[in-house]
Amino acid sequence: MPKPIDELIVQETGLVSREIFVDEDLFKQELSHVFARAWLFVAHEDQIVKNGDYVVSKMGTDTVIVTRDMEGEVHVLLNTCTHRGMRLCRNDMGNARTFSCPYHGWSYSMDGRIVETPGDLAGVPGHATYYHGELDKKDWGLVRAPRVKVYKRTVWASWDPDAPEFEDYLGDMRQYLDFALDGRDGSPGNNEMIGGILKWRVPSNWKFAPENFIGDNYHDISHRSVDLVGINPSGGTGRRDEEPDEVTTLGFPKLGHGVIGEMPYFEEPEFQPQWQGNPEVAEYYRRCHEQRVERFGDQPRVSMTVGTIFPNMSFHGRQPRTIAVFHPISPTEMEMWRIFLVDRDAPDAVKDMARHYHLSYSGPGGLTESDDMENWSYATDSSRGEISRSIYFNYEMGLGHAREVPHLEGAVENGVFTEENARIFYKRWAEFMKAGSWDELHPGAGPGPDRRRAAEPTANVETK
Amino acid sequence: MSNLAEIELLHEVTQFFYHEADLLDYREYAEWLKLLHPEVRYFIPLVRNVPRMRDNEFTREQQDNAWMDEGYATLEKRVKQILTNIHWAEEPPSRVSHLISNTVLVQVEGEPGAREVTTRSRVFVYQNRIDDEVNHFVGKRIDTLAETEHGWLVKHRTVHLDQSVLLAKALTVFI
Ligand code: FES
Ligand SMILES: [Fe+2]
Repeated sequence: MPKPIDELIVQETGLVSREIFVDEDLFKQELSHVFARAWLFVAHEDQIVKNGDYVVSKMGTDTVIVTRDMEGEVHVLLNTCTHRGMRLCRNDMGNARTFSCPYHGWSYSMDGRIVETPGDLAGVPGHATYYHGELDKKDWGLVRAPRVKVYKRTVWASWDPDAPEFEDYLGDMRQYLDFALDGRDGSPGNNEMIGGILKWRVPSNWKFAPENFIGDNYHDISHRSVDLVGINPSGGTGRRDEEPDEVTTLGFPKLGHGVIGEMPYFEEPEFQPQWQGNPEVAEYYRRCHEQRVERFGDQPRVSMTVGTIFPNMSFHGRQPRTIAVFHPISPTEMEMWRIFLVDRDAPDAVKDMARHYHLSYSGPGGLTESDDMENWSYATDSSRGEISRSIYFNYEMGLGHAREVPHLEGAVENGVFTEENARIFYKRWAEFMKAGSWDELHPGAGPGPDRRRAAEPTANVETK
Repeated sequence: MSNLAEIELLHEVTQFFYHEADLLDYREYAEWLKLLHPEVRYFIPLVRNVPRMRDNEFTREQQDNAWMDEGYATLEKRVKQILTNIHWAEEPPSRVSHLISNTVLVQVEGEPGAREVTTRSRVFVYQNRIDDEVNHFVGKRIDTLAETEHGWLVKHRTVHLDQSVLLAKALTVFI
């Protein structure tokens, strides 16, 4: 039996037990305490544009159908027939107003004119005869996620009816998510998904990935080889084009989210030429910058590079601009998904250059990402041993140096090189694991974060 | 084309594939790059589970997502990255064996000396690394080879991998 959660995650000293990356019982508890409770990213609206469109996704180890009904409403339904469990939909995507089970033919309708609620059981072969008309179809509709939220073209769901509103779940982290989902010129929700999701299996515990994306600037050495080769879109050295150097890490201790990004600011930083590999594309990004200057004026705004929405959704806001989701398969295996975003109204040349850059950067074939997965999988593997699993990972860096952030509710700022955000992630994970319900996860005056006492400022804030 | 000419051409093409596989398996990447046409396109689409009558099983070249959708420049960078000897996903190096089979000529265009040949093959790439990490990349390969003054060069390659969820943590081998 694993130790109590408070011995696995030792907050005061920044220790995290290796057990949480390999233990079967803890994994089961994660599925019920974290994945069945939290808001999870399930789809992008470009996958379900028309009424009747559906796409199959995952929530924890459950497969779900994300579908747009005949009235245009989005539903998230458990992808298993309520009769005898057959996986109802074995396609990844398509268009259907009825899902008919291949096993005994029960069918479920997405049309509110045929059933009371889309997803309800519509047809049962032999209902009048074999069932003597006694089976109550209303009781046997598809199991549905009670909470679904479409947010700036992304679709999120939670299995817990008591989960806070999605916006409260995000807190002020929402501003950073907005940066990724808005257009490069700051136009709200201006994003488009490039067709197809990269899906691949990694022999790693799922937590390594969101933790890495929350602010592990320290692991740059992993990417030395690609930095040497240079794949940035302007044709120079390094992985990416020049980015603002005001970068720090910010975390939300009461929410578990974190980001590598900028503190709220009131004036656009000097324009840095980007995507110089193609003049038309470079010009587009220059125009976007001008439009940002005009749009935001002296209003506060944020920008970011990578971040994680607790528990398993990470995103890149600049380049490559992507969404990554880490689905648990077992304690020692996950399935990674990657979606690439571009500005919806960008010229084709811009979209194509972004697409090609994303591909060469991210995913199993990406020059950068392939090395990340090598780290996570061999860290998982070497946590399995009887002796190795009994020791702790060290998350001590920057302990006690978090500083309160003005203009962002409940956020702390930690500097570029720190493990504060990872500690925040595992603190929130521990809270979910211990809690019996959402009551314990947002105690007091509601789900929003409250201000944390400011820690002492550090003398030097390192920048990248 | 006469029967004999066809047999000769097929022999030339398969010998080219075996030579290419040999260079990759023996890690002669710089030599391998020389077999690529400057305008090469190397495309490994995603495969999706869709109803049989749909035509959207594979993602589209230069439009959609893909495992790889590269020109010469990125392929050269991949080789350079391996040759840094600090590309950790290939360091220590994987053990890789390419098996190419079932090659048939699909189309032959142009005159001898400047022909373009399109072929279809099956490909099996076995990758083993560290202790017990094993990956199988199996699928169908459609190649267009161009005959040039430097011999045959790969001008276009599409690999239809037989996995919708890639059952490998990384795709650092050339297929
Ligand atoms: S399992 Fe679906 S109809 Fe029986
Ligand atoms: Fe990384």
